[in-house]
Amino acid sequence: MINPNPQSHYTAPAIREDVVSRTLSVIVDNEPGTLARVIGLFSGRGYNIDSLTVTETEHEKHISRITIVTRGTPAVIEQIKHQLERLVPVHRVRDLTLEGRALEREMALIKVAGKGEKRIEALRLAEIFRAQVVDTSIEHFVFEITGKPSKLETFINLMMELGLVEVSRTGIAAIGRGASAM
Amino acid sequence: MARAMTGAEMVIKALCDQGVEVLFGYPGGAVLPIYDELFQQDKIQHILVRQEGGAVHAAEGYARSTGKVGVVLVTSGPGATNAVTGLTDALMDSIPLVCITGQVPTHLIGNDAFQECDTVGITRPCTKHNWLVKNINDLSRVLHEAFHIARSGRPGPVVVDIPKDIQFALGNYVGPSNIAHKTYRPKLKPDQGPVREAIELMANAKRPVFYTGGGVINSGPKASQLLRELVRLTGFPITSTLMGLGAYPASDKQWLGMLGMHGTYEANWAMHDCDVMVCVGARFDDRITGRLDAFSPGSKKIHIDIDPSSINKNVHVDVPIIGDVAYVLEDMLRLWKAHSAVLDKSAHKVWWKQIEGWRAKKSLSYKQGSDVIMPQYAVERLYQLTKNRDTYITTEVGQHQMWAAQLYNFEEPNRWMTSGGLGTMGYGLPAAIGAQLAHPKSLVIDIAGDASILMNIQECSTAVQYDLPVKVFILNNQYMGMVRQWQQLLHGNRLSHSYTESLPDFVKLAEAYGWVGMRCEKPGDLDGAITEMINVKKPVIFDCRVAALANCFPMIPSGKPHNEMLLGDTMTDEEVGRAIGKEGKVLV
Repeated sequence: MINPNPQSHYTAPAIREDVVSRTLSVIVDNEPGTLARVIGLFSGRGYNIDSLTVTETEHEKHISRITIVTRGTPAVIEQIKHQLERLVPVHRVRDLTLEGRALEREMALIKVAGKGEKRIEALRLAEIFRAQVVDTSIEHFVFEITGKPSKLETFINLMMELGLVEVSRTGIAAIGRGASAM
Repeated sequence: MARAMTGAEMVIKALCDQGVEVLFGYPGGAVLPIYDELFQQDKIQHILVRQEGGAVHAAEGYARSTGKVGVVLVTSGPGATNAVTGLTDALMDSIPLVCITGQVPTHLIGNDAFQECDTVGITRPCTKHNWLVKNINDLSRVLHEAFHIARSGRPGPVVVDIPKDIQFALGNYVGPSNIAHKTYRPKLKPDQGPVREAIELMANAKRPVFYTGGGVINSGPKASQLLRELVRLTGFPITSTLMGLGAYPASDKQWLGMLGMHGTYEANWAMHDCDVMVCVGARFDDRITGRLDAFSPGSKKIHIDIDPSSINKNVHVDVPIIGDVAYVLEDMLRLWKAHSAVLDKSAHKVWWKQIEGWRAKKSLSYKQGSDVIMPQYAVERLYQLTKNRDTYITTEVGQHQMWAAQLYNFEEPNRWMTSGGLGTMGYGLPAAIGAQLAHPKSLVIDIAGDASILMNIQECSTAVQYDLPVKVFILNNQYMGMVRQWQQLLHGNRLSHSYTESLPDFVKLAEAYGWVGMRCEKPGDLDGAITEMINVKKPVIFDCRVAALANCFPMIPSGKPHNEMLLGDTMTDEEVGRAIGKEGKVLV
């Protein structure tokens, strides 16, 4: 377990555990301040946020789905879950990683500038990765790419050598497999 | 049935519908419409405090001594920010409060208007929930929801922020309803599986102990009754946290006294050596556990808590039971009575013998001479002279608080109001005012320190205005005693800024406020003076001059487990200075 202050015993647990990455889905009422409550909980209690996405998913009921990728020992993850459930506007929290091989996807917009061979190579790689060109001039492309975060990571790394200018990523959206809802 | 009224009218109507009798507040620009409505009614008594912080602590004292929700009304900006300490205090100690704050009109929000602050932003981490009401037709629903959330589940403070234009606006009022909240549904009744498991563990225990906390008090008087029944039926020893004092009678032979950093020797050793720990409505706070990896190493732990996030937060437990203490204890009692298992009487006998051995250390003892009053002696005499009365005790924070917890023996719940989690100096006087309002005929005493009392001394004025005969019993050692003690323990006795060089003359200060001032300096005069204080029908400041350098013992030093407690009377000053190692110094 990570001990934020190694000199203090208060957070040191009896059993040392490994840090794991988990994807949590949080269904909340979309009312003012809900996102601030969730984020404030993470910063206030010293939890990590690796990725966070949020949008209203059921407009009539004003319900939003927040997807959070976080890291911690299983005990900390359990605490995070309970702390989230304690927030009044939270309907439910699911640990998608724990419940099975959840589907995780992310979208990125990637701007690459260059001329000559590098430009052609960028376009060729984009085809292999099924990235779309959504904006172009004779000096640049903006690619739209969707997929697992690892695929995006690989593509962005390749573009670094080919004139990568900037990247905008959405963060991870995730959903459980199978016929049932969370 | 819905009917049209202004927002300000709705506030009063909602408070009445929620059964509110007393409101603690301070007016200002952004709450004037509500104050105007208050002026025109006589159902709710408004108590004008002298600073908003005092209003919140007074509401805490009122809530803690009655089991009702405490209600606060303050203005925008500084009114709200002054309330923040009290709200945090209530959150840490799970005290039900509804705090209504005025806000600048909606069209000015975000403009840095006069007396504007982001109240819901500032109070988000220090409330159970909060609302900014921007639509008049949400107001009555939000107010009822606020009371529901404050009082149910794990109780706590909530804030309803109402812009001034909403207070003037007309809308439909709806009364309290029983419609279930769409997301907030605390679990009150426990699952039976873990309750059975707990009973099984308890029935087979050889060295059991009950460790109880504020959750028993919060669950209501019935929880205390059920706890008493279960403890007596099982014959197990019982200890409690600071917040749980009074749930079990201190005069009972199964009572071990308070546990934790300044708990008794027997309570802490029993925790360390037990084989089954039954935690009832407590949360394994760092003042309780001491060094975590050496905390009660050989025990199976049962944890009853209404808040699932308390389970496994600090200490891994074997049998978690989620539910309201009263419901859980009811089920446990039923199962215990039905359980036909034979207890290991001989093992229990050995266990009790061991406990009696620890008890024989008399860890709370001190030496009282004939010249100077020892602070412990002062508390003990106060207890002896008030125990047969209808008494409520509040405290400030520091050494005096610990001495009060150690030596004032509580027999009933809701009689003890103290700032446990947050440790807020200045809590005791306003809390006493709140308790006295709820119990006008009772004797309400704030056991205070000379430093703490000055933090909310302005509330003396409030007590006079409402004829509240509270007693402030100051253990005056001229130091911030607990700070001084830690400086002696940790910092080579370099007493950096912990001595108050220019204390007021407390007797004259009392008189200036219209109180009665008393001073006592000799042990021989103490009983007479305390009796006189009790008999005065007005508020009294009692300046009890005590030994300046007394330390609060026993003590689990920072970074040490329960079985390495310090016992005061055997230690020299040099030993005290060496008691805490390097690792312990960084801890709080």
